[in-house]
Amino acid sequence: MIKNFRKNNIDLLFIFLSGVVLLFIASPIIGLYFNSTLNGLIETTTDVEVQESIWLTLWTSMLGTIVFSFFAIPLAYLLARKNFPLKNFVNGIIDLPIIIPHTAAGIALLGILNRNTFIGKIAETFGLSFIGNSTGIILAMSFVSIPFLINSARDGFLSVPERLEKVALTLGASKTKVFFSISLPLAWRSVLSGLILMWARGMSEFGAVIIIAYNPKVTPILIYERFTTYGLKYAVPVTVIFISISLMIFIFLKVIKKKN
Amino acid sequence: MLKLENVNLSAGKFSLSNINFEVEKGDYFVILGSNGVGKTILLESIVGINKINCGNIYLNSDEISKKEINQRNLSMVYQTIDLFPHFSVFDNIAFPLKNRKEKKVQEKVIELARTVNVEDKLNQKPDTLSGGEMQRVALARCLATDSKILLLDEPLSSLDTKSKNELKILLRNLNRKGITFVHVTHDYEEAISLANKIAVLENGTIVDVNEPEIIFKNPKSEYIANFIGHKNFLKGKVKSIQNSDLKKFIVDNYLEIYCLTDLNDGEGFLIISSDDISISNQKEISSNRNNFIGNIIDISKAKIGYEIIVDLGYKFAVSISKESIENLKLSIGKEVWISFKASACKIYR
Repeated sequence: MIKNFRKNNIDLLFIFLSGVVLLFIASPIIGLYFNSTLNGLIETTTDVEVQESIWLTLWTSMLGTIVFSFFAIPLAYLLARKNFPLKNFVNGIIDLPIIIPHTAAGIALLGILNRNTFIGKIAETFGLSFIGNSTGIILAMSFVSIPFLINSARDGFLSVPERLEKVALTLGASKTKVFFSISLPLAWRSVLSGLILMWARGMSEFGAVIIIAYNPKVTPILIYERFTTYGLKYAVPVTVIFISISLMIFIFLKVIKKKN
Repeated sequence: MLKLENVNLSAGKFSLSNINFEVEKGDYFVILGSNGVGKTILLESIVGINKINCGNIYLNSDEISKKEINQRNLSMVYQTIDLFPHFSVFDNIAFPLKNRKEKKVQEKVIELARTVNVEDKLNQKPDTLSGGEMQRVALARCLATDSKILLLDEPLSSLDTKSKNELKILLRNLNRKGITFVHVTHDYEEAISLANKIAVLENGTIVDVNEPEIIFKNPKSEYIANFIGHKNFLKGKVKSIQNSDLKKFIVDNYLEIYCLTDLNDGEGFLIISSDDISISNQKEISSNRNNFIGNIIDISKAKIGYEIIVDLGYKFAVSISKESIENLKLSIGKEVWISFKASACKIYR
């Protein structure tokens, strides 16, 4: 009886504490919807600046995720399968963008991508510039979000029994075929999770992007600008629309992932 | 067909040295050894998953130990299931065929599936199959390689009796059709029922390679002796006694046992059947040349009667009836004498 009471007691305590955390996460988001009016939302949805900003945010983050996945996934595979000197150091480097302030990440990127640096000059000879344009936005977004893809994909590859890869080799498959027919498909759920996380994290990036490219404005910067210029009332509708679109996309992707 | 010559290898806690054996075409070659002696590592080294430290591995006279895994043309069925979980049964069997760009994949997969009796499972995923079915699919996938020799790592150990018997029949049939097998196991009954040649792996090396009858009639290892019920198995040296037919068998310069043998002096193995040892409360005067005092450390029910373990520095198992235990008032801890004839000692080399 006492045992049951204690058990029930601890269950109730945990349910209460969990509720507090969930409320803490959900209430500001739900509050946004209550604080916005239908007219305000319709007006903002038809605002060309908002439409262009959301589209810019979506495609830059998506393109960054796709381009960098060609580098991040092989790196994740190597980290899962090979042992090499300074492996822990390499793992530490991968997590750096997560732990440093994102404005500092932006400053660091600006330091190597501006027109006076070697990389900046080479890019300029091809008529490219990283500062104040979508290329810079892609790089800033990818810089802060790529650890999510690498870590998730590495965990995915680690969960694939190495023996299956070796069995595939004994059955005459080349290493390339083993990677594409065994390792990658079996790690795909984690890789897809990493891709979704990287895309999401890139879309929400503010600190690094504002240093590299204030214009063209990605949505987090547009929200910030409307808040500082016009106040909370004008920032809320953009925020609501951006969150709604993001939620719809992620729910859609999660459903696809689950089906896979 | 497959020959290992002075192979040494180490992987993790396993270390194997001086491995030598030759598998002929059509052999069903079983490598027998207890769990944890490195049987799987040995097979993995043959297929190339582990590197060997030195020695040579020949497949049809071709030295393959330096070749990449996918160039060796050897494949292996593991104890635990190793089917690709995201492929159907069809795709699993087709995998090696597609790797070598085989034509008529469909027909060959169906033929192989029929051989191992899984033709009605081709569209299923591995996780919907029973253990026996999964092993049969793994076997079909191995057969789909153009290798004429298959390596099996305890393929029967995780199966129930019915599946085990079905798979044994299948393996024997495949062997009759000309497929050569190298099969590792810790189960001597499995070895006897399948092998035409057995290698015994003990203490990190192959201690004996021979036909099953010879291996089990003249055991050269404690492992085999234990298998066939000879629990009294000792390693030692034979030493002649001047002007006597008897010889001494000396174990660790400590225990001296009289024996009758025509073997010359040197190292050997001694086996005494537990049925040939008698037990008494006092030293008996008899024709038994070997009399030792020790303490009973265990009494247990045996298949027939009881078995008593007497510790005299070395443990001896003695077979005894329930009546004798009661008459002699035997109990654990009691000091007793054991005796046996010199002619009861079988010495092997």
